[in-house]
Amino acid sequence: MSVELILAFVKPLLGLGLLLTNTILLIWLERKVVAGMQSRVGPDRAGPFGILQTLADAIKLLLKEQILPMKADKAMYLLAPIVALVPSFLIFMIIPLGPGFDLKVGGESKFINMVGADINVGVLFFLAISSLAVYSVVLAGWSSGSKYPLLGGVRASAQMISYEAAMGLSLVPVILYSGSMSMSKIVESQAGSLSSTIPIIDSIVRFIPNWNIFPQFLAFGIFFIASIAEVNRAPFDLVEAEQELVGGFHTEYSGFRFAMFFLAEYINMFNMCAITATFFLGGWLGPTFEGILPPFLSALMPTLWLGVKTFGLLFVYFWIRATLPRLRYDQLMELGWKRLIPISLIWLMISAIVLAIRDFGLPWS
Amino acid sequence: MTELLLFAIPASMMILGALIVVFAKNPVHNAMGLVLTLTSLAILYITLNATFVAMVQMLVYAGAVMTLFLFVIMMIGVDKPEQSKEQIKGQKLLISGTLLLLISVVTFVGLENGFNWNLLFPQSESSFEGTPSLLASAMFTSWVFPFEVISILLIVATTAALALAYEFKKSDAND
Repeated sequence: MSVELILAFVKPLLGLGLLLTNTILLIWLERKVVAGMQSRVGPDRAGPFGILQTLADAIKLLLKEQILPMKADKAMYLLAPIVALVPSFLIFMIIPLGPGFDLKVGGESKFINMVGADINVGVLFFLAISSLAVYSVVLAGWSSGSKYPLLGGVRASAQMISYEAAMGLSLVPVILYSGSMSMSKIVESQAGSLSSTIPIIDSIVRFIPNWNIFPQFLAFGIFFIASIAEVNRAPFDLVEAEQELVGGFHTEYSGFRFAMFFLAEYINMFNMCAITATFFLGGWLGPTFEGILPPFLSALMPTLWLGVKTFGLLFVYFWIRATLPRLRYDQLMELGWKRLIPISLIWLMISAIVLAIRDFGLPWS
Repeated sequence: MTELLLFAIPASMMILGALIVVFAKNPVHNAMGLVLTLTSLAILYITLNATFVAMVQMLVYAGAVMTLFLFVIMMIGVDKPEQSKEQIKGQKLLISGTLLLLISVVTFVGLENGFNWNLLFPQSESSFEGTPSLLASAMFTSWVFPFEVISILLIVATTAALALAYEFKKSDAND
């Protein structure tokens, strides 16, 4: 068997294991962080600091009875949780986790990149697959044959279409700035430090990394807001609003099917933060301390940097959830269509003009 | 063998989806069948090295258009199974007969003219890849005029839709 074929099996399996372990950690972390912000203790019974709480919950959900509502549309009801999980796993496969390394197989050296699939239209792949995620919510809501899930499903379709547009538009200036649609090329384009043609500014700016967040700060803001809405997190969690819709689209789901929705939501959240870090915060770039640390550890540093950035963003997600109240439906639509989309269009034009002047000079010169 | 599998699996999924669109009684099932067809088409594009087109296909058709379809189906409440009663007497028989005739005529003409079944991946040796930069340079140099005309057409259509949907207040002057 060729190395490529083995890799094609090993990479997805590694990704699966990483995502599942990560989700267990993430749910525990969210409960702890939110509890801390609300002056509570949070889970503290199972294991040290309650870290095994999620595992206990997962086992509980696995053993529970799975109820099939009488009025449910059976095929779609069973399909929805699977449709929820597939896009979240697919998106993870295009996130570059590190610069790659050389593996020696039987005397010959082979370069292995630390990304599931390094496709040249990675950004588009991300947008295309995340637009499929809405089906799970809509189908779950509709097929449950109950009114609150249906309301959640209808809200989801409107919300996710609206914010997808803003999200896609906010990524276009980043693509223009980086000059590529490939995720690994976008990361590589952020290497080094910011530089300026004016010497005084240059001496200050040289210590700031060349991340896209600095020149593309507005795009970052829009993308961050839209990504929270895209993964249906507070304050954009109208889709599952517990107080109004009793859980929204997953009201009628129980047992492991419910757990699958939950799993998909947390994986989506992790993916979204990792992708935000890749687009705007330099991805896996960071000091590797080569020479100071043993080579094995310094090779792991890039992945560690991506993890630090991702968990930093996730902390902001939890922070927002703990502090901001939920938006009203009309406020949500207004923010999406009347604020984010026009701002991102104007920003796209400004970026395009600035980049054109940088590359081709002023039109009259 | 690999190429045949890569073609056969998405193609059969596509036909399955198309059959669901035609035969399923429930509009939501029809819509999902269409999603299956469009997604399989995107996979076929990938096998033809047209990754950009495949991604746009997913993004626009499977992502946006079909979500809107579903939204409308749910909003206006037509998600009830449709009536299977025949409106015209013997319409099913008539239609299946016509369809059968059409298929046999096409097959006959194809076989008579020496239809070559080995049409799978005729240009699989070519190294052309549908990268965004290649497509963009073609679109913005040789085909820039049609491209701009299409964009104007789309804006006109959007404006027209807006004008049709918007209720102009007639009594503004009287208030």
